[in-house]
Amino acid sequence: MSEFVRLSGITKYFGALLANASIDLVLRPGEIHALLGENGAGKSTLVKMLYGLLSPDSGEIRINGEVVTLASPQEARARGIGMVFQHFSLFDDFTALENIAIPLAGEVAGRDLREKVRAKAEHFGLAIDLDRPVYTLSAGERQRIEILRALMQDPKLLILDEPTSVLTPSESESLFKTLDVLAAEGTSILFISHKLEEVRRLCSVATVLRAGRVVAEADPRKTSARELAALMVGEGVADLRTVPGHGFGAPVLVCDRLDVEPDTIHGIRLSGVNLTVRAGEIVAIAGVAGNGQSELYSAISGEGGTITAGSVTIAGKAVTREDINARRRAGAAFVPEARLGQATLPQGTLSDNIVLSWHATEDIGGLFVDRNRLGAVSAGIIKAFDVRTPSTDPLAVQLSGGNLQKYIVGREVTRNPGLIVIDQPSWGVDARAAAHIRQTLIDLAAKGAAVLVITQDLDEALELADFIVVMCEGSLSAPRPVREVTRDEIGLLMTHRAGGPSGGVHA
Amino acid sequence: MDMLPLILATIFTAATPLLIAALGEHVVERAGVLNLGVEGMMIVGAATGFAAAVLSDSSVFGLLAGALAGMALSAVFGVLVIFFATNQVATGLALTILGLGLAGLIGQNFVGQPRGAIAAIEIPLLKDIPVLGKAIFTGDPVFYLSLVLVALVAFGLNRTRIGLLLRAVGENHTSAHSLGLPVRRLRFWAILFGGLMAGLAGAYLSLIYTRFWSPGMSAGRGWIALALVVFAAGHVWRLVLGAYLFGGITVAQLHAQAGAIALPSQLLSALPYLMTIAALLVLSLSGRKGGGAAGSLGQPFVPER
Repeated sequence: MSEFVRLSGITKYFGALLANASIDLVLRPGEIHALLGENGAGKSTLVKMLYGLLSPDSGEIRINGEVVTLASPQEARARGIGMVFQHFSLFDDFTALENIAIPLAGEVAGRDLREKVRAKAEHFGLAIDLDRPVYTLSAGERQRIEILRALMQDPKLLILDEPTSVLTPSESESLFKTLDVLAAEGTSILFISHKLEEVRRLCSVATVLRAGRVVAEADPRKTSARELAALMVGEGVADLRTVPGHGFGAPVLVCDRLDVEPDTIHGIRLSGVNLTVRAGEIVAIAGVAGNGQSELYSAISGEGGTITAGSVTIAGKAVTREDINARRRAGAAFVPEARLGQATLPQGTLSDNIVLSWHATEDIGGLFVDRNRLGAVSAGIIKAFDVRTPSTDPLAVQLSGGNLQKYIVGREVTRNPGLIVIDQPSWGVDARAAAHIRQTLIDLAAKGAAVLVITQDLDEALELADFIVVMCEGSLSAPRPVREVTRDEIGLLMTHRAGGPSGGVHA
Repeated sequence: MDMLPLILATIFTAATPLLIAALGEHVVERAGVLNLGVEGMMIVGAATGFAAAVLSDSSVFGLLAGALAGMALSAVFGVLVIFFATNQVATGLALTILGLGLAGLIGQNFVGQPRGAIAAIEIPLLKDIPVLGKAIFTGDPVFYLSLVLVALVAFGLNRTRIGLLLRAVGENHTSAHSLGLPVRRLRFWAILFGGLMAGLAGAYLSLIYTRFWSPGMSAGRGWIALALVVFAAGHVWRLVLGAYLFGGITVAQLHAQAGAIALPSQLLSALPYLMTIAALLVLSLSGRKGGGAAGSLGQPFVPER
């Protein structure tokens, strides 16, 4: 088969960090090629070089056999390379049509653009309302705009960076249909993912990256998901130890018919949210990103949003109007989604960062900060939670995502909270650290704490939780025991209110 | 002559420099850059414009020179914030301080020199409309130019391709870059346009509004122009409304001082500035958080390679 793109010996450093080490990759027309790897394996770095956003330190890129330098996205686009970004590159206040027109050259963006876009959308089965501003659209609709925008230039290679991470199962399925059509017409597709089942469904070749190197090339249709996972992660990751048959205690966190107005115009309004987490119980909130999870996290932690009706109770104490410190004093601990800037001060040392969440409840010194104690606490967390640090007390920003997350979780767990609320525990965290964090949460629940996990990763929710609730358009479904629920059922809850209005306290 | 058309005409004269400067800054902020140096660029435009007009004995040449001086100063700002990615707030403040000093230097030999009025343009027929005719259609050339500029900017931003790209760059520079738009170049052009407008507004002050030069004569109008841009929240027509509102207050307080209202004149002079604060307060209290500012406003953009 002929080849469209050939990368050879691509190497990229960020400072001392080797992001890509001498990578070879061949992309052929009509082929859906998977680029597999954990977070931080170097997938995004590699495709950014292919799309002209980064320039390689060494190695060469050939397109149709010709060596090229892709100095900018314009050049990559001119050579027939299109890209759909994981965090969309859309303009929220602009309409779909304006978004599509922006990168197109003048003659294409003329009066007949609307007709051309409509024809293209129809051909690939992409339903889009062209005149609505993007911020009113769902993640699936936004992605269709991104894809359509890339397709307007008839790319010969379409790169998709984790395209299904924000989609419901049925949206993913319609994306796959579009990609099948594209491939059948001879477009080569580079599909980045760490979801192995969809790679096996869609792709005919898979290149596996680990720590910036190509470790294997495999045919995903003939390789089991387990084998692919082993290739991605290296040595096997231990399975989680669950604690069988422990009972649940009294409710620790109770949200009762909570209505919350968002802080920003693009935020999601929460209405009638009922949620109970009991001692010893792990509840997971699943759902497609942007359905109100962040707003719920803020309402529970007391950091944002305006509660217009309903109440929040932590360990029997009404905290609806209280701030995060009062909630911490009631026994709660919070791990927000943003590790740098919210959970930690990026330019602060790990020991200084203890103060952020400890000052309300723990003795960290009177007028002056007790640095010895902070250092001892920090060292204890580093040891107990297997945090790999470049020095004894580095800055938060110097840690990798996984290690920083382990440190943050450790900082909260060390306070012995009766309730821990954690938003996206393993987002951007490598598999080993993710497993470690999940184990920590399971152990904490076994000791009698209530655990609330907000996650976009359905596998994580199913693996971790006793009960699962689904968030959709600012409302919560009734809680379902994890053992009884199916993926299809959750998929339905993510899009429709299949479970009816939010149920009350569960049995 | 009737008083009313005269008062209206002075309102337009007082409002025109605010409108022009705010229009320039509006474009700059749509592109995602916050230039707090409007006051500095204005005063340099006023001094340079006046000096050039006296030396060449041409007010038109003076206006042109003032506008270009403002643009030159904005180029300094542009190079710093775009290509060296300096903090926009700090750089803008520095630009104002630099401008105030520079203007004093440029204008030092011209303090107190008089300058004749620029010929008004009287539009036949229309000027005979009662009251409004005299007020609107016997204005100075720059007054008309300001209205043309408003129309051009509104059309340019909303209806042309370059306007779409400019707004895209301001809305989300990361996305714009990843789509291959020349983020820094577009922003630099926007900054130069802002400087040109601020300089022209300054030259209008010294050559048409007061017709003399004195140091510090911009008297905070650059700041009012900045407040107007916030007040306009992305809508050019609100810029016009705001500018004439402030022009009205400025003139009203002058008449109030002359008309012996039993209030200290300092308090009356402070009225436009108090109004600025009030307008911003009302705006920030009225719902829409973020006030329609461009998404990437004030954030430096550094492409990684």
